[in-house]
Order: sequence, then C-alpha cells, then structure tokens
Amino acid sequence: MSRQMTGAEMVVEALKDQGVDVVFGYPGGAVLPIYDAIFHQNQLRHILVRHEQGAAHAAEGYARSSGKVGVLLVTSGPGATNAITGLTDALLDSIPIVCITGQVPTHLIGSDAFQECDTTGITRNCTKHNYLVRRVEDLPRILHEAFYVAAAGRPGPVVVDIPKDIQFATALYTHIKNIQHKTYRPQLKGDLAKIRQAVEMMAKARRPLFYTGGGVINSGPAASSLLREIVGLTGFPITSTLMGLGAYPAKDKQWLNMLGMHGSFEANSAMHDCDLMICVGARFDDRITGRLDAFSPHSKKIHIDIDPSSINKNVKVDLGIIGDCAHVLEDMVRLWRTSGAKADTAAIAKWWSQIDHWRAKNSFAFRNSAKIIKPQHAIRRLYELTRDRDVYITTEVGQHQMWAAQHFQFEEPNRWMTSGGLGTMGYGLPAAIGVQMAHPKSLVIDIAGEASILMNMQEMSTALQYRLPVKIFIINNQYMGMVRQWQELLHGGRYSESYTASLPDFVKLAEAYGALGLRCADPADLDSTIKEMIDSPLAAIVDCVVDQTENCFPMIPSGKAHNEMILADLSDDAGIEVGNVIDEKGKMLV
Amino acid sequence: MNAPAAPSSPPSPYSSAIGKSNPESHTLSVLVDNEPGVLARVVGMFSGRGFNIESLTVAEVAHVTHLSRITIATSGTPEVIEQVRHQLERLVPVHSVTDLTLIGPAIERELAMVKVRGKGENRVETLRLAEAFKAKVIDATIESFVFEITGAPRKIDDFVELMRPIGLVEVSRTGIAAISRGPEPI
Repeated sequence: MSRQMTGAEMVVEALKDQGVDVVFGYPGGAVLPIYDAIFHQNQLRHILVRHEQGAAHAAEGYARSSGKVGVLLVTSGPGATNAITGLTDALLDSIPIVCITGQVPTHLIGSDAFQECDTTGITRNCTKHNYLVRRVEDLPRILHEAFYVAAAGRPGPVVVDIPKDIQFATALYTHIKNIQHKTYRPQLKGDLAKIRQAVEMMAKARRPLFYTGGGVINSGPAASSLLREIVGLTGFPITSTLMGLGAYPAKDKQWLNMLGMHGSFEANSAMHDCDLMICVGARFDDRITGRLDAFSPHSKKIHIDIDPSSINKNVKVDLGIIGDCAHVLEDMVRLWRTSGAKADTAAIAKWWSQIDHWRAKNSFAFRNSAKIIKPQHAIRRLYELTRDRDVYITTEVGQHQMWAAQHFQFEEPNRWMTSGGLGTMGYGLPAAIGVQMAHPKSLVIDIAGEASILMNMQEMSTALQYRLPVKIFIINNQYMGMVRQWQELLHGGRYSESYTASLPDFVKLAEAYGALGLRCADPADLDSTIKEMIDSPLAAIVDCVVDQTENCFPMIPSGKAHNEMILADLSDDAGIEVGNVIDEKGKMLV
Repeated sequence: MNAPAAPSSPPSPYSSAIGKSNPESHTLSVLVDNEPGVLARVVGMFSGRGFNIESLTVAEVAHVTHLSRITIATSGTPEVIEQVRHQLERLVPVHSVTDLTLIGPAIERELAMVKVRGKGENRVETLRLAEAFKAKVIDATIESFVFEITGAPRKIDDFVELMRPIGLVEVSRTGIAAISRGPEPI
C-alpha cells in the first residue's frame, strides 16, 4: 500500500505496519504533529508516562516480556536527554527498542534553538544505531529500517530523530516488508564444521558445564527449548547469568543456579574447575568472571554468540561460533543425535558427585528470624505464594535484585526483567508497566528497594491512569543496601550517605496515587500481606520492612576468583569477618 | 588525529588475560556508507573503547554508491586489533573492514607539504635534499620554499627531520592512504 501522507502520519502508519500496538511517550513542542496523528486513530495505543526515562524502561519491559520491539516517543531536547539512561540500559542488555524523538525544524538545527539538543550526537554511543531524518521521502525507509536494526542480530536501541518540518511535510508512504539492509546482515547460521568440532569436544569432556546468558532469551523461545534439549541429551550441568534466568527451568536437577558475583557456590566452583565450558549467548562480563587471570584456568572454552566482537573480548576462547543461539543449538542438537556422540557417563557421574558436594554448602541459605523479616525470606515467600500463577518479575537494582535472582525461581524465559549491564536504579516500576501492557491479565511484580523505587516513583501515576495492577514489593531496609554492604566490606563500615532519612510513608504514598498501600514488619504477617497484594485488583505498594544489616551472600569479592567466594557464615550470629577480604587492587574495582 | 590513548591505569585484576603480547601497528581499510555522522561513529568508537588512532584518512571513493574509504592506522596487541576490527564491523553503516597488515604487504602512501625557511647556502642544500627525496617545490619566496612530498610515512619523517636544522617552519600531512597489492580488491 502506498499513498501520500505527512511525516507525522507516516510515523503512525509505519508503527502499525510493524505490528506495534502500544507506544510509551510524552508529548512536547517538537512532536506535536505526531501526537496529532495519534489523536486521529484508534489502533495504536499511547501510554502517557510521567518522565521519559520511564517511557524507555517501559518499552524495555514490553520488549523483554513479549519478544517484540518496544517503542517510545519523546520530544526534542529534554525529552531526548531524559530517555538516555533507558537507551543505554537497552544497549547494555541488548533489548530491541525504537525511540522516536522530535527535533527542532531543519532550518533551526545548530542554532541552539529552544529545546534543541544534538540528539543523534548525544545518542551515538548509547544506541545500536541512530538516524536524523533530513528528507520526508526517506522517512518510511528509515522507520522500517530502524525496526529491522533494533531486532536483527544482537538487539539494541535505535533512535529516529525527526525534525518538526519533516513531520509536516508530505511524501509517498510505502510499507517496506523484508528489509534488505545494505550493510547490516548479521550471520544467523553457525559454521557447521565448528559446531561439529564443539560436539566432539563435548563428547570428550569429563567436567563440562553450560554457561548461558541473555542471548538465549533474546533468540526467542525456540532457543530456550533447544537449550533444554541439548542439556538433557548430554546430562551436563548448566548455570546462567543474571540475564539468562528462565531459559532453563530452575526446578530441574541439572540447574546449578545463577553464577557470578552473587551466584551459587556450586555454579562458580563448577566454572572454576570445569574442563569444558560451553558459553551460549553470554559475554564473559566482569560480574561473571571475577579475577580474569584466574578465570576457569583448566578449561577449553566454546563460545556461541551472534556478535563477533563478544568472542575473545574479555576471555580467549578455544572455539568461537558466530551465530544465533537457536540456529546453532538446533544444529548442535541434530549433530549430537546423528553423530551418535555420547557423553563420558562415568566421568560425568564423578563430576556430578563433586557438584553435589558443593551444592551441599547450600550457599543461598540464610538464618531466618521470627522477630524480624529477612529479605531473602520475604522473596522466598513471595515466590511460594505466586508460583502457581502467571507471574512476571521486574526488579530495581541492588541487594534486593540479587536476592530476587537467588531466591525467586524461574521456569520460563521472558519472565524476568532486570537491569543487568547498566545497573539502573529506577528500572523496575516503569519496566513493570511495560510488562503489564504486554500481558494485561498476568501478575506483574516489581521487587524493589526503597531507594531505587523513589527514582521513578512518579510512574505510579501512569500505572493508575491506565488501571495497570502492577505490584511493587519494596524490600525496605532504609539503606542503599548494596552500597552499605560495600562500605562495610571496603570502607570500614563508614556508611557515607547510604542511609536514607525521611523516607516517605509508602502506604500513604500509594494511597496518594490511588493505589493500595500495605506495610508489613512482622514475619507473622508476611504471607497475609503478600496475599492481600496479589488479590487486589489495584496497583499496590507493599512496604516490607526488613533486617537492615543483612548482607547479600555468597559473594565473589572484587578482584577475586571463582574459588575464592565468601559464604554467609551461619554459625556466627554476629555476622562474618569480611573486613579484610578485599585487597587494595580489589578496592579500585566496582 | 590521535584519539586519547587507553588510560594508563594500574594493573587491575580485571585486566584481560588477553593482550599480553606485544603491540603492533596495523592499517585498516574500512568501507562505509558516506552518510552524515559516519566518521563520528568510527572515531567515537575508538575513543569510547580506548583504542588508539595513529592516522585516519577518509574520502568518498564511489560517488554513485556514496561509498567512502576510511584508512586507519592503529596500534595494539593482535588481540586488541582483532577487537578493533570487530567493533568497526558492528557499526551499522560499515560495509567491510580489512586489516591490510594481515593480508600481506600493502602499499601505504602519504602526502605532506613542508614549509622551510632559509637563505643563501641553506637554500641550495634544501633543494638538493628535496631532489633526492623527489619532493616538488610548490611555492617559493626569496626566503622560503613549500615542498610537496609523497611517500611512505617513514620517508616523510626522514625528510622532515632533515629539514629541521635547515629551517623547518611547519608541516601539513594527509595521513595514510593504503591499498593492497595485486589485482584483487579488498
């Protein structure tokens, strides 16, 4: 279908053609024509956020929970700059979003006009790609290309900056299906010879381990099911990064829990001692590897990744396979079956008995209390009371995030939305709004900290406007808990500015927005409070008052290796001596 | 054209096990769509990731298809060079990246204009040296010359060093343009 229309109408038309049903945004002078085009139709739903950062995270939450591209629409200048954190977040976590920004009219660009900023200049390094539209004739192609670039290969954020005069100008609109991009054509199929080599290495392995990441989730549900198949076929243990939780079911016995800085003892020990590491869609990030020169010293490493620059970036691998996880895993499963490859069962059984020995440490255990709510206990109860429901979890960033990753169990992909790479406090609530838009009938819970939630608290107003029953479960210890923990470990317990005095009364705050507010400080009331939250048809905030001194363990201290984890010492009520575990070099790290 | 070099931080426990080998100089040929901002993308990637640019030249080489060729001289360990190549390939408007140093001896040329001031005996000496280097006089006054010299960067370095004691005023260099030998394109 081709017809004459204005640039603003093209935006709406292209979004519809791309199958977009919801846009998160905030109007302003430089996008008024597009808002007018939105006014004239009913197909595309617009969700009015309260801050552009919220729009970006909502688009991310929508994208991560649905597998579709998320869309936000913001104005020029402050609209664009407010979205930067969300764009960067999406870049680091490889989330496909398209951000449409208004720009001052072409003839004013560069004149320091009102609400002008160099949007493409500012976002060049925090997007996968960006465009400044100079001719209305280019707009249809650019819009469709933006969706292609955002979703193809390693996904990421794309900005389309549209000057106001272009929005008013008219040209012919054509829906371009199946974009043939001039330059950007990521390789999906892996090199078969290399996959065959991987299968041979796997058949010979005595202490193998799958280490998987967000790439499996991004690759789509097929990748998760193929991953389950190859893990089942081989009988190998599997661990995953924070980003990859849910790709493999947590209840399965081959699952070793999350790895990394706050990962399980068995996962990190297995990483250190394995003789074959099969990395699928993960990127050897510093939260995962710990001390690099002591990282998994005795293993051969296979790395499957769609982004060639991820291979050999931080860790030198023995076999790099470039391709989409689902495609490569499909070939791997097929070759494993047809080649008659067999795992070395005797060696693997011995490996499992070693792993069981590590597992017996029960490294996520904590000492519960009848007097005060332990944050880990709160999350476990939240999990137990929601496990039979259709539940999606988002988080903010900090201790509560790590406890959620440790104690909430995920059986399916796309159920867990958290800011991993950038570590953006304030991510969880707007992301939950995006998730709820994609899954209107599901239970969406933001596991939050009291400090993080205040960073984008204004989005409660958005949730209420659209009757989105998102649940905010605040693990309230009155501290920026992870900052406090690091100050305890690194800075002699001098808690500089990590305590928040004058916190709002979250119950009243919820009520002020028109939401349900609940507080719980007694472990005896925890279950009933959670049930009340779940059963409410309203958006709700639970202020769960927890032990202020609890630290998040186990932990690989900065600059240490996987086999130098510190575990919570449950025999010592006073807590453990951790003051000297981080050396001077480690203190420089984050 | 030097981008900020990698910060010389103290050795970190996260410093990569990769990149312990010796740094090398490599010349990369990058074919890109000549669209606005493409050079900023390339240069921004180098500075943002702490890679080094020793020389960078760019010009459109196919006007119909708007294809530009960027020649970048960079240095780093072989592992870093591989990262540089992959990071360039990730940029959406990039068609191809070729490491000319890896594919065999490439031809590298640079053009420089060198201004030299001098009188009497020095002028004669200057012209004699210029002739030896096949440098052309493209401007002359009674007390100065401007020479145009083309060659590998090392040859230009040598010429400039010879001119320095005689009365070197200033130098303008284009940076390296490079192409592979033989009949094949990159």
